[in-house]
Amino acid sequence: MANNPSRRKAIFAVAIAAVAGVLVFLAVGGIGENLVYYWSPTELVAAGDEAYGATVRLGGLVEAGSVVRGDDGLDLAFSVTDGTERVSVRAHAVPPAMFREGIGVLVEGRLAPDGVFETKRLMVKHDNQYQPPEAMDQRTMKDLVETMQFEADDT
Amino acid sequence: MGILLLLVGSYMGLFVAPPERHMGEVQRIMYVHVPTAWVGLLCATLAMVFAVAYLWTSNSKWDDRLVGALEVSFLLGGLLLVQGMLWGRVTWGIWWTWDVRLTTSLIMFLLFAGILALRAFVEEPLRRATWSSVATIVAYVDVPLVYFCVKWFRSLHQVQSSPETVHSSMVVPLRVNSFAMLFIAIWLIAWRARVESKSRGEERPPTRRQVEGEGNV
Repeated sequence: MANNPSRRKAIFAVAIAAVAGVLVFLAVGGIGENLVYYWSPTELVAAGDEAYGATVRLGGLVEAGSVVRGDDGLDLAFSVTDGTERVSVRAHAVPPAMFREGIGVLVEGRLAPDGVFETKRLMVKHDNQYQPPEAMDQRTMKDLVETMQFEADDT
Repeated sequence: MGILLLLVGSYMGLFVAPPERHMGEVQRIMYVHVPTAWVGLLCATLAMVFAVAYLWTSNSKWDDRLVGALEVSFLLGGLLLVQGMLWGRVTWGIWWTWDVRLTTSLIMFLLFAGILALRAFVEEPLRRATWSSVATIVAYVDVPLVYFCVKWFRSLHQVQSSPETVHSSMVVPLRVNSFAMLFIAIWLIAWRARVESKSRGEERPPTRRQVEGEGNV
């Protein structure tokens, strides 16, 4: 049965074909269009009225000078930007230690009727740079926006 | 040899390399997390190669090696998830999210767990070898996805680093630990394959080839 060589080769061929097929499908099948882990501020603004009320993830850079911390250490206001659009965020969450101006963040929540994005889940998205404390970061705003991969799904 | 290298690499990672400018000391988990991921994906690739070799040749020595590669991949996959959750909790602020990298890594871990479970349920050695080889090849679809998904899709997990994005003082301990992990993994796979081949001998009467082989020793 299974030890019959020709049958074994047939199983082998089917398995290889299945693997190759799935990989090709994933590579060219455009699955990325349906698999968006977070929206950019531009996409959220472009969605207009449809953006209100739905629970989504929004990603962007914390805009310099926009961070306002509440007295209780839990309330936090800032805006996220992708260089084109900005969205104000009201967070009720303990920010991770890496949270600071200019860093990438993802917030899970919804756009409130007043146009402010409300979230209770704030995540820091750091990039692939690992540098010692004395290293200077000479990257431009554009470089930093690129680390948010907004172009990755736009095709 | 591997363990010695791991000691050297971890010492460099913990005490010689500088802390990360924004992440601080916790970034040092990179010196085990990244090698675990690299070597884990490599062992999964080895498992796929052994599975192909078994189906091609029907020689049970490939099945012995397949067991080793499957078990080491399963172990490293589990370690990878735990290390990632610890690191993610501190830097991202969360233990877990259904991001593509995390999800595909979990799927990989569960697939290898499934194949090992499948092996445990099939008694007949030839059928067990064939089934687990086919299952390994099918499961391997997920492995390139684990690696490339962060480039293809938006994810919380950052994309691959390279020597340009990692300071040279951090690259050396990373490389040392990667080779260390690789040596340990290969040693474990070879050891497990030997154990499997011995237990196979007790399971059923030796084939003619095995009898002749022992006569030559």
